[in-house]
Amino acid sequence: MVDVIQPDSEEGVVEVVAVACAAGRPLEILGHGSKSGFGRPVGAGTRLALAGLSGITEYEPAELVLTARAGTPLADIDACLAGSHQTLAFEPRDLSALFGTTVGQTLGGVVAGGIPGPRRCVAGGMRDHVLGVRAVNGLGQLFKAGGKVVKNVTGYDLCKLLTGSFGTLAALTEITVKVLPTAETEATVLVSGLAAAAAVSLMSEALGSAANPSAAAWLPAGLAARSILAGIATGSATCLRLEGCGPSVQARRRRLLERFEGNTAATVLDDEASAGLWRELRDVQPFHGRPDQAVWKISLRPSDAPALLERLPTLGPLDAFLDWGGALMWVSLPCGADARAGDLRAALPPGAHATLVIAPEAVRAAQPVFHPLPDAVRALEARVRASFDPHGILNPGRMAAARSAG
Amino acid sequence: MEMPKADPEALGRRQELIEGLRAIVPGEGVIVEDRALAAYESDGLTAYRQLPMVVVLPETTGQVARILKLCRDLAVKVVPRGAGTSLSGGALPLADGVVLGMGRFNRILAVDYANRTVTAQPGVTNLAITQAVEGRGFYYAPDPSSQIACTIGGNVAENSGGVHCLKYGMTTNNVLGVELVTIDGDIVRLGGDVPDAPGYDLLGLVVGSEGLLGVVTEVTVRILPKPQSARAALVGFSSTVAAADAVAAIIGAGIIPAGMEMMDRPAIHAAEDFIGAGYPRDAEALLIIELDGPEDEVDHLLARVDAIVRQLGAFMVRLSNSEEERLAFWAGRKAAFPAVGRISPDYYCMDGTIPRRKLHEVLEGITAASARHGLRVANVFHAGDGNLHPLILYDANLPGQLEAAEAFGAEILRKCVQVGGVLTGEHGVGVEKRELMLDQFNEVDLCQQKRVKEAFDPHGLCNPGKVFPTLHRCAELGRMHVSGGALPFPDLPRF
Repeated sequence: MVDVIQPDSEEGVVEVVAVACAAGRPLEILGHGSKSGFGRPVGAGTRLALAGLSGITEYEPAELVLTARAGTPLADIDACLAGSHQTLAFEPRDLSALFGTTVGQTLGGVVAGGIPGPRRCVAGGMRDHVLGVRAVNGLGQLFKAGGKVVKNVTGYDLCKLLTGSFGTLAALTEITVKVLPTAETEATVLVSGLAAAAAVSLMSEALGSAANPSAAAWLPAGLAARSILAGIATGSATCLRLEGCGPSVQARRRRLLERFEGNTAATVLDDEASAGLWRELRDVQPFHGRPDQAVWKISLRPSDAPALLERLPTLGPLDAFLDWGGALMWVSLPCGADARAGDLRAALPPGAHATLVIAPEAVRAAQPVFHPLPDAVRALEARVRASFDPHGILNPGRMAAARSAG
Repeated sequence: MEMPKADPEALGRRQELIEGLRAIVPGEGVIVEDRALAAYESDGLTAYRQLPMVVVLPETTGQVARILKLCRDLAVKVVPRGAGTSLSGGALPLADGVVLGMGRFNRILAVDYANRTVTAQPGVTNLAITQAVEGRGFYYAPDPSSQIACTIGGNVAENSGGVHCLKYGMTTNNVLGVELVTIDGDIVRLGGDVPDAPGYDLLGLVVGSEGLLGVVTEVTVRILPKPQSARAALVGFSSTVAAADAVAAIIGAGIIPAGMEMMDRPAIHAAEDFIGAGYPRDAEALLIIELDGPEDEVDHLLARVDAIVRQLGAFMVRLSNSEEERLAFWAGRKAAFPAVGRISPDYYCMDGTIPRRKLHEVLEGITAASARHGLRVANVFHAGDGNLHPLILYDANLPGQLEAAEAFGAEILRKCVQVGGVLTGEHGVGVEKRELMLDQFNEVDLCQQKRVKEAFDPHGLCNPGKVFPTLHRCAELGRMHVSGGALPFPDLPRF
């Protein structure tokens, strides 16, 4: 029986962690738990739920800054920002459906474990948008880092360290994020029928040009036919999203279409259709509802993606598509006993790394969910973790099996 | 300003150190003569000077690793140095320390246009990266005003900014990976040329760590396609409040300019007297607003900016119609520091960030403090991101004026923190602002940061005396004692 504690104040979080620290009792930290199936199982007897810390505490649209308590539902933040035509530019993914839950996510959960969305390739990751935090370390001490202004180099940037640390360094209690204006309009230029190599080189060319797409993705024919693009794309779909003010999107769209002059396979999706497509890709919808499949997320150089797509089928039947102009590959394959972790990682090009996003708990307990690190980096990480949580009570084991590296 | 007391034992090992360094770096790479050491006695914060014990100029990562290990074994402190342009004293030497100069790491190692990255050694200048790729229509976005001289390694250490960082980010948002050598001589790669490296974001921690965690020996950055066009507006206001309102209104309208700069009356006058850029002398505040991107976008947004600033009472609006005109708008702003240098024997450049809505309050505070300290001040301001650069005018030859300027500066930075801002937006804490850290951070905040440093540098040998207040000590770690293991909050919901 897991004990769930849900404090409704920062002081309450401090107390819970301090007591757990004194007792040497591990805590599993979560928001709503939409991503509790992500990472290695923690197996702590007590859950510290931060959902009780809810509410936007400061929002100044003209300062481009929003501060909210960590358990604030992301939906509330989106709605609040939309009222001022602003948005979280890193386009957080909503992975609830991928994880087979209907629970929504919290800001803290997004910062601690989320994966940035399609705009990552131009707008930066989550790390680039977290400006300040308040958090409780493994000693039950409340500390702050960063600030509430967009430009700040005072002290170490602990915000970056905490972003993506899956609650293994501290329990976040309040987060300040940079927000940006929502694009007035968007359109997606869609090119049908390109093989992966041609698609990647087209995406690279576009991302390196004044066309300035805000997202670039490629779906093979099979996945395109089962997506919002069914009946629109013929064969594979290479998608380039343009965002901005009307005249800008018009001009860049013209520029891209001129590039494909004579190629009738190029079409344009306007506002709503474009938004629908990128919502699907953001939320990894092509891989929803596949109970016996493991889902991997691979970061790599775009130019290495086509060769990897050719090499991977030697592992057996699988589906894969590209986001971030080819720098992100999503792979779905039959999970089996080990999600093919060893074989898949062995197939990767140099510098690439793979994260096991979806797999049953037993597989995630036995296989490295996160890409193994070189020894010297692992040792450094273990010391950094100990500097926040010397007794290893915060989400122990969530990121790495070794006792020391949490 | 005091630096940590020189350790006589370390000084006593100088000869052993020199011999050890010479065994690692042959020839002229080890500098020991006072006359030659003098070239390294200061950085961009010239008010402070100190001869180092030795300077070493390695050429390879392997040499850096051996040097650091030697320093660790001899318990000698290390001050890493790029071009020495730091405005916060980040590269100020220590009497009992080695200056590790990275100037010989001056090669660009790889340019990858398909994946839009450049990998360079840390001694390559910021501008040289852009120069290496501009032929193919690319550039490196962060542009600190010292970009001709400052190095990418120094930019990584300080997380440098520039006038374009509102739209394109600071150094940290443009660096993808580094190779770092720790004090133990371990060579680690953090980040890389693919996004979102596994594990903790140690790269994000190292950028802006001011040389306190290790020595960076290689840097991979992202490069961007050069915008198709850029145009600027030069706008005069008769009050700083109206100018600040205009900045808020532009951002509120969903426009993120490539750069948005403000100058106050004394800065406008200094610039006019110096180069005659055509700025309005009767303005209380001048805005330079630059937009870049496709021509259609720039023209459209500039027209909207024009309408917004006129509606908010601008008495002068000029829109650039040629590249020459755009550069002319910038000429006065870019010359602002030397222009101020011309009207005063010395000036002291501050670097706080504030929430922009507090600008008027902060400027009024600065004006009042200026009268109180008897020192003039001119303000230039990265208005888009709230980064204020007050330039305090003083004469170091007049007894007491440097101290008065320091006290005035500290007062400004405290005010920045009081109104919800921070001590430094882009120059770093260095030696300059370390004692003010306790104004922004409490004991627990600072000790958490110090423990992170100890994870990298347990002996405290990497650039000590910077960032943290000199006399500040943290208690030993221990478990908090909770009486009887009982929760003082029995009412917490449990289910």
